[in-house]
Amino acid sequence: MALLSIFKRHPTFDHGIYPVEHKDLTADKPIRRLPFAPELVIPLAQHKGVPAVPLVKVGQEVVRGEPIARAEGFLSVPMHAPATGVIRAIALTPTADGPKTQAIFLKVYEAASQEVLYDLERDLDAMTPDEIVAAVQDAGLVGLGGGAFPSHVKMKPPAGKVIETVIVNGCECEPYLTCDHRIMLEQSDALIRGIKLALKATGAKRAIIGVEDNKLDAVAHLRAVIPKDLPITAEAVETKYPQGAEKMLIKSILRKEVPVGGLPADIGVAVYNVGTLAQMGDLLPKGRGLIERVVTVSGPAVANPGNFMVPIGTPLRFLLGQVGLAADRVGEVILGGPMMGMAVASLDVPVTKAVSGVVALEREDPDLARRKVYPCIKCGECLKACPISLNPSMLGELALARQYDRMASEFNLNQCFECGCCAYVCPSNIPLTQYFRIAKSINRDKNG
Amino acid sequence: MAKPIEIRTSPHLKRAISVDRIMRNVVFALLPICAFAVFQFGLSALLLLLTTTGVAIATEWFFSRMSERGSTVSDWSVVITGILLGLTLPPGFPLWMAAVAAFVGVALGKALFGGLGYNVMNPALVGRAFVQAAFPVAITAWTPAFAPGRFAELIPSTLTVPFMQPVPVTDWIAGLQLDAWTGATPLALQKFQHIELPVTDVFTGMIAGSAGETSALLILICGLWLAAKRMLDWRIPVAVMAGAALTALPFWLMDASLYPSPWFVLFSGGLMLGAWFMASDMVASPVTTSGVIIYGLFIGSLTVFIRLFGGLVEGIMYAILLANALGPLIMSWTQPRVYGTVGKGRGRVSR
Repeated sequence: MALLSIFKRHPTFDHGIYPVEHKDLTADKPIRRLPFAPELVIPLAQHKGVPAVPLVKVGQEVVRGEPIARAEGFLSVPMHAPATGVIRAIALTPTADGPKTQAIFLKVYEAASQEVLYDLERDLDAMTPDEIVAAVQDAGLVGLGGGAFPSHVKMKPPAGKVIETVIVNGCECEPYLTCDHRIMLEQSDALIRGIKLALKATGAKRAIIGVEDNKLDAVAHLRAVIPKDLPITAEAVETKYPQGAEKMLIKSILRKEVPVGGLPADIGVAVYNVGTLAQMGDLLPKGRGLIERVVTVSGPAVANPGNFMVPIGTPLRFLLGQVGLAADRVGEVILGGPMMGMAVASLDVPVTKAVSGVVALEREDPDLARRKVYPCIKCGECLKACPISLNPSMLGELALARQYDRMASEFNLNQCFECGCCAYVCPSNIPLTQYFRIAKSINRDKNG
Repeated sequence: MAKPIEIRTSPHLKRAISVDRIMRNVVFALLPICAFAVFQFGLSALLLLLTTTGVAIATEWFFSRMSERGSTVSDWSVVITGILLGLTLPPGFPLWMAAVAAFVGVALGKALFGGLGYNVMNPALVGRAFVQAAFPVAITAWTPAFAPGRFAELIPSTLTVPFMQPVPVTDWIAGLQLDAWTGATPLALQKFQHIELPVTDVFTGMIAGSAGETSALLILICGLWLAAKRMLDWRIPVAVMAGAALTALPFWLMDASLYPSPWFVLFSGGLMLGAWFMASDMVASPVTTSGVIIYGLFIGSLTVFIRLFGGLVEGIMYAILLANALGPLIMSWTQPRVYGTVGKGRGRVSR
C-alpha cells in the first residue's frame, strides 16, 4: 500500500502553476528567537478592519504582554506590548502598503526579558463558544497567513449560516516560506489546542488540516500526534501554487466552490492558517495577547536564512541585520512570499502580524531583470494558469482599452484575487496582475 | 545601503520564457522540414525559402519603421511566416511571385492589423491565398521530387522575369525522362483519377507536392518536438487530424474506390504542415481550451469536405483561414466557467 500511494495523486484544484520552491533554504531550520530591536514600531492598523485605539501615553512604561491599544468595535483587534520598555512616541511610520500610518513607538529596555509577565490563567474547558470568541479578540489574533483578517470574526458566521468544517491551512504555497512547516512540526500541541478551540467556537463537527505534499513529514507528524478521539484529520494536497488560497484549498479538500461574492461560511466552512491556530492554542489558556510570530527570513540576498520568532514591530533593518543581508546585492525586499507579497520602499517598515516571511531577492536575479513586453500572442497560458478560470488574456486587452467596467461586468474581474499566476506564465511579460489591480481600484473609485 | 532597494509589484517571480524564445524554437522546428524540402527539390526550393523569408523580414522591418514601434523583427515571428509560406508553395514557383506572396502576407495579413498579436489570420496563409487567386496556374505547376541535377540547375520557372508568366515546366519535366511522373500530386491523382498512392510513400514524402508539405513523418516529428517543449498546443493538431479522419471515414467506408482512406487524408497534401504549424499559430487560434478543440475539428472536417466536394484539390488553407476568422466567435462560446459561478459561459456575476 505504501508503495502504491506514490502513484496516487493528492487532491487539488484546477489550473495553477509550479514555481521553483526554494524552500530547502530554511525548511530544516528550527524556529529561533532573536534579540529585541532597540525600538519596536507597532502600527495601529495592521489588520483588516478598524484600527486599534492607543491605551498608552508617551513616556508611559509598559510590560511585555500588556495591552497598549484596544479594539474599536467588533471588526477590530487590540495590540499588546511586544517587549518591556517605554512609549517613546505615537506617530506616523512607513508601511509596506505605501502610505504612512499611526503607530506606537516602543523603546525597549536594554535588559528586557523575553519572559511574558502578563498572564491571566483561564479554564478553557469551562468557556462557552461566545467566551472563546471574545477571548480570541482580546488576544489580538488575526489571520497570520497573510490575510490579517480578525480571527474572531470568522468564528461568528452570519445569521442562518452553520459552520460544519474547519479547514486548517498548512499549505504554505508561496516559494521560500517555511514558517508554517516549522510550526506544524514544532508547535503541534498548541496547534491541536487551537483547532479544538476553533471547533468549539464555531460549532463545527470536524477539522481537516490541508498540507501540500512537499511537507509529508508534517502530515506524518500531525497524524501521529493528533489524539484518536478528536475529529481532526491531516490531508496531503498537491504542491501547486496557489494551493494555500482559501478558495483553492476548499475546492481541493471538499470539492466545493465558494459562490461568487460569498464567503466560505456560505458553504459551511471556516479556514484558519496553522500559525493562527497555534498562536490561539498558545495564548488563550494564559490569557495572553499576540506579541510575536514566526517569520521565515530567506532569499538569495540573505546569508543566514532561517525561521525566527520575531516580536511584532521589529523593523526590517534590524531583522535583516541579524541574518546577514548582503546590502550590495539586495534588489527587492518582500513582505510575505514572492508571488503575492509586497516589496517595501524602506527598511524602516516593521514586521506586523500578517508578515509570514521576509524575502530578499538579489539585484542581479534574472527573475528581477526588466524584460521586454510584447503584445499578447494569445498563447492561452494564462487561461491554463488562472486558478479561478478567468480569461486574463481578454482582461488584459480590455485593460489596455480602458474598458474597466466591462472587465468587471462581463469577465468577472472582481473574482481575481491577484495570485499572480497569469503574469508569472506570460511569455509576453505583460504585467497582467498589475493591470487588474489598477482596474479594480479605478472601478472602486468610480463606484464610490 | 550601497544602492537603494528596488520596488516592483507582485508577482516578483517570473517563468523563464518569452515570446522571442517560443518563436525561435518554432523556427528551429521548421528547419529540418526546410532541409528536407531542399534535399528533395534542390536549389529551387532553397531559393524559394530564402526569398519568402527575406521578403517577409524586409516587409516587417519596413512597416515597423513606418509605425514608429521600433523594429519588431527581433521577435522572430516574421521568420516563421516567411518559412511557412515558402514551404506551402510549389518548389518551382517563380521567385517574384513568392516575393509578392510574402509581401502581401506580412503587409496585409499582419502589419495592417497592428503587427504581432493583433492579426486575425495566419499571415503566411493570407499571402498564399493571395497568390493562389492571382496566379492559379503557377501555383499548381508541380515538379517531380528528386529530379536528377536538382542541386546543379534550377527548375526553369523559378527565375521567371517579374510580372511575366513563367515558362511551362512540362517540357523541362519531359526532358528529365522520369518513369513514374504523372504530372500530378497524390491529392490530384486521388481526386480526379481515383488513384490512391501507397500511404507509406505519402507518409515519408517520396512524392511531388509543395516544397515542405510532402513528408508527413518529418512534420510530425518536428511538431511533436515542439509540443514536448510546451511551445505548441498539441490539442490543435490532434483536433485537426481527428476532424479530418473522422469526416473522411464514413465516405471511405461507403465507397473505398471513390473516396480516400482516412490515412491517406491525414498524410497527403498540406494537412500535416497546416495542422502542426499553421492551425496552431497562437495568435490566430482561440485561447480557450475547449475553443481550441472546436477550432481544430472544424479545420479538419472542412478540409476534407473541400477536398472531396469542392472545386479545389486541397482545402487546408481555406479551412484554416475561415477558422481563424471564426476564432472570436468560438471564443465567445467557450469562455471558461469561473470558480464559484453556476452554469457555462462567462458566469453570472452576483455583484
